[in-house]
Amino acid sequence: MKYLLIMHMNPASWESLTEAERQAVMDGHGTFIETIRESGELISTEALGDPSESAVVRVRGGVPVVTDGPYLETKEYLGGYYLVDVENKDRACALAALIPDASIDGWGVEVRPVMFSAGMEM
Amino acid sequence: MTAAARVEDLLRECAPQVLGALIRRYGRFDACEDAVQEALLAATVQWPSEGVPGNPRGWLVTVASRRLVDLTRSDEARRRREETVAAMPVPGEQPPDEDDTLTLLFLCCHPELSPASQIALTLRAVGGLTTAEIARAFLVPEATMAQRISRAKQRIKAAGARFRMPPPPEVADRLRVVLHVLYLIFNEGYTASSGPDLQRNDLTSEAIRLVRAVHAQLPGEGEVAGLLALMLLTDARRPARTGAGGALIPLAEQDRGRWDTASIAEGVALVSDSLARSALGPYQVQAAIAAVHAEAPSMAATDWAQILVLYRILERIAPNPMVTLNRAVAVAMVDGPRAGLAVLDTVGLARHHRLDATRAHLLAMAGDTEKAREYYERAARGTASIPERRYLEGRLRNL
Repeated sequence: MKYLLIMHMNPASWESLTEAERQAVMDGHGTFIETIRESGELISTEALGDPSESAVVRVRGGVPVVTDGPYLETKEYLGGYYLVDVENKDRACALAALIPDASIDGWGVEVRPVMFSAGMEM
Repeated sequence: MTAAARVEDLLRECAPQVLGALIRRYGRFDACEDAVQEALLAATVQWPSEGVPGNPRGWLVTVASRRLVDLTRSDEARRRREETVAAMPVPGEQPPDEDDTLTLLFLCCHPELSPASQIALTLRAVGGLTTAEIARAFLVPEATMAQRISRAKQRIKAAGARFRMPPPPEVADRLRVVLHVLYLIFNEGYTASSGPDLQRNDLTSEAIRLVRAVHAQLPGEGEVAGLLALMLLTDARRPARTGAGGALIPLAEQDRGRWDTASIAEGVALVSDSLARSALGPYQVQAAIAAVHAEAPSMAATDWAQILVLYRILERIAPNPMVTLNRAVAVAMVDGPRAGLAVLDTVGLARHHRLDATRAHLLAMAGDTEKAREYYERAARGTASIPERRYLEGRLRNL
């Protein structure tokens, strides 16, 4: 089953970390990627740029309108994700706990199932 | 059938024999498996245009052996082994008559491996599928699947597993794992809806082919016959189970005229024969249930009393929440929806969309539209399957 491990981050928390702590987070991602690549569970991962660089596009009456900034006005934003293919939800949660972000105050990793096109007749 | 398709069938059939011949000669399952894959690829390219050689298995064994020597040679650290391998005669003549399919299945379905790894390795080493084909079937990138297969091989090596039949006291347990892996492969293909995922139906054919091969070697094993029957009887419904755009059609609404009668006849014969001769097991009981459905002219004219008896037996020999859930439906058909709902209350399952869907169905049967709506909504939100969600939303609209 595929799950998206969504890393929500709060820039204030990041700024409060020491340089050594930031380095530990970066290294932790390296170790994590190695672990899930080696186990054959990693499909893809991306870190996202700062939300101040985002644009939001809305088409109204057939006319696209582009505005600056993130879609949601919140303190937390989407920092990046891992797409994994695992045995079950428990395994997905166990993997999420290995992501360094999960251990930072004010941050959390959301484990969300990916929809698929297979189905059982009922 | 095109020349390429004929070649592919032949290659799939040869794959376990060629691999068995190589391992028997050289040991080293992981390296032999790579070499056989390359020989299969070479054949896929050459045979359709240049013609199939007179002795296809011999050709493959020869090419794979040469490839194994090359692979060994390219590895500096294994120079000593290279000399040993190179000194061996390259077999080209007659591969052994023994069918190695079963021995290979036991190796690939080693209990040390996760189900996902057992499945991937079985499809490659026994089924002769390429990594790209397996990756496509499971909708993951080829690199992910390649890593899964390579890790599975390392684990088998680390576990010290040997290419031979498990000792007699272990055979029953190990066979159960093999059958479960083949069952999972079948399900993966069967649950794929039509449309863009049509290719995944190959997995059902592949699972049926492999169970057939096991059945040919162990004709007296009731559970092998039972699993083959279950797959045939389930697959027989495939032409009727999806509608336009891949929409799921429930059993009750399927056009039974579109069921595959040849598969049904074979499945019914297999399960009847094994029930008469072998010790009872869960696959045989599930096949017997599928046979009752297959022989019924309609949902209403189905022998639900018989199905209920079979679910009671299944629940006794292989209890699990899904079986109880199915028994609740059978109880509802025999004794009414309220009786079925009472059974549902005993299901030891905290929260599952299938439990919600069944509850919704029985509530609707009982005329409690309000509560049925609530549970259909919960079930639709709870499933990650797009066709299931669409089906449940459809039920909701039609309440």
